[in-house]
Amino acid sequence: MAEIEVKGLRKIYRVHQKPQGLMGSIRSLFRRRYKMVNAVDGITFGIETGEMVGFLGPNGAGKTTTLKVLSGLIYPTEGEVRVLGYVPWERKNAYRRQFALLMGQKNQLWWDLPASESFRLHKEIYAIEDAQFERVQGTLTELLNVKDLLNQPVRELSLGERMKMELIAALLHSPRILFLDEPTIGLDVVAQASIRRCLREYNRDQKVTVLLTSHYMQDVEALCDRVLVINHGKLIHDGPLADIVKRFARHKVVTLRFHDGAWPQGFDDLGEVVSEQRPKVTLRWPREAVAERAGRLLNRYAIDDITVEDPPIEELIGQVFGSETKPGGAPS
Amino acid sequence: MRKYWVVFRVALAERLVYRADFFISTLLMFIPIITTILLWRAIYDGAGTAEVGGLAYQQMVAYYLFVMITRAFGSMPRLASDISGDIRDGGLRKYLLQPIDYLSYHMALRGAHKLIYWVMATLPYGFVFWLCRGFLPGWPGWSEWPAIAATLMLVFFLGYAMNCLIGLLGFWFLEVASFIHVVMTAQYFLSGHMFPLSLLPDSVRAFVTYLPFAYETYYPTLILLRQLAPDEIQRVLLVQAAWVIVLLLASRVAWRRGLRRYAAYGG
Repeated sequence: MAEIEVKGLRKIYRVHQKPQGLMGSIRSLFRRRYKMVNAVDGITFGIETGEMVGFLGPNGAGKTTTLKVLSGLIYPTEGEVRVLGYVPWERKNAYRRQFALLMGQKNQLWWDLPASESFRLHKEIYAIEDAQFERVQGTLTELLNVKDLLNQPVRELSLGERMKMELIAALLHSPRILFLDEPTIGLDVVAQASIRRCLREYNRDQKVTVLLTSHYMQDVEALCDRVLVINHGKLIHDGPLADIVKRFARHKVVTLRFHDGAWPQGFDDLGEVVSEQRPKVTLRWPREAVAERAGRLLNRYAIDDITVEDPPIEELIGQVFGSETKPGGAPS
Repeated sequence: MRKYWVVFRVALAERLVYRADFFISTLLMFIPIITTILLWRAIYDGAGTAEVGGLAYQQMVAYYLFVMITRAFGSMPRLASDISGDIRDGGLRKYLLQPIDYLSYHMALRGAHKLIYWVMATLPYGFVFWLCRGFLPGWPGWSEWPAIAATLMLVFFLGYAMNCLIGLLGFWFLEVASFIHVVMTAQYFLSGHMFPLSLLPDSVRAFVTYLPFAYETYYPTLILLRQLAPDEIQRVLLVQAAWVIVLLLASRVAWRRGLRRYAAYGG
């Protein structure tokens, strides 16, 4: 049996529709209108031990809802879920000791105390042995480079440092499964890289199964061998990341910033224009053409800056799969 | 269970972080009762009798001083709003993810808060009580301490259970502040905080003694005042214990039911 098994998962939220205006507010005191929202609309997948899987999808696709079901925070409308053989929403202590959920920008540490105190509390809550606790805390603080911040109150740490402490707290009890919800959101580039590196090493060394949601391509590219793509509550792709990028991201988004006074006369030779706002122009080029075109334009024009990016996930998914799924307007 | 001891210890540390000017602020808390006592002075002078509501003037002053003590054991500032706040803004989440019980966690927390409070309050309380020693009955004898200790412990659990229950209403109501306000107000009048319940007409008092409030302040204070006979003390302790059990059970039930609802709508 797979470590994580999800069959036909469905979650429907009943969302109160509050009408606009004062009359609306008064009316809703007496009769409330509800809309049924399909947050998750029939998802099936399995994850084996030690896999590092990414859950990709635009905001509102159902990623966070799925994670909440897997971690036992909410229970589904329909479907069967087993993680390590447990039913998550029964919230058995034996299950809770074996996983960790880390949500970006939400904190689980005591605000006014140093992280070291929160860690000590974790040690007792999870009944971690002294030797193991010292070893794990030591390794992780070393890996994330926060050893000298341990005795500073959490509220005094920067967002990046705080996330690192949250990550350490999540890993202290050596969970077999790690659920991560947008773990690098809001962090600067250096902190993001640091956290990704730590996760990769941890997954490799400890064989921790990682399920990570993100709407950043870079998180998934850096960490995940396998990707589950969700949109409108449905699973639309389950396979290696390379497949998606190869199959569907045929274009690159290129932004050129022209030097003062070097604004080109016509845009014909630049390619497909997405938007222009002097001194920047954003273009969409086929992947294969990027190197050649960039070279040519950099020679021809005085260009201060050139950025080459993958198209945003939303666009990829919307453009390729938009026709196959019907929108359900779901909160994540 | 060791984990709750550690929660206790960590909470103590947290309290010490906010080292306000504790001595002075505790002394200042006694000032409101000066007004009350002056009011009673006038009432006694006006009444012309030695006793009002079964208490002599001296005992009335002692009553209010002892109310300070029972209130210090039973008050749970912000417990109800903390719990309903946790429910409303997702703070509850981490307790659902970790192998820990939310209600026991809060009890350990409050126990820690009370302990630190009493460690730091002994000095100012001792000072005030020494100043007012003329009004107080003498030190309790050895045989009286167990009852005093028991009633104060029960006051703590009673206060905890009541506030916990109100806080858990947050599973069903978005704003619990109004409930809190109503209960606080009821408590002020019906617990003996504002005036000894012996002043109430008999019919009203009979009704009031069916509510838990009287067992939070009035009866425990009478025990401290040594106004109750041993069999009455026993009765009070039993009723206190009964209320504690009922309200703790109700909290458990509210927790289970509420969580089932909560987990339907998203943590």
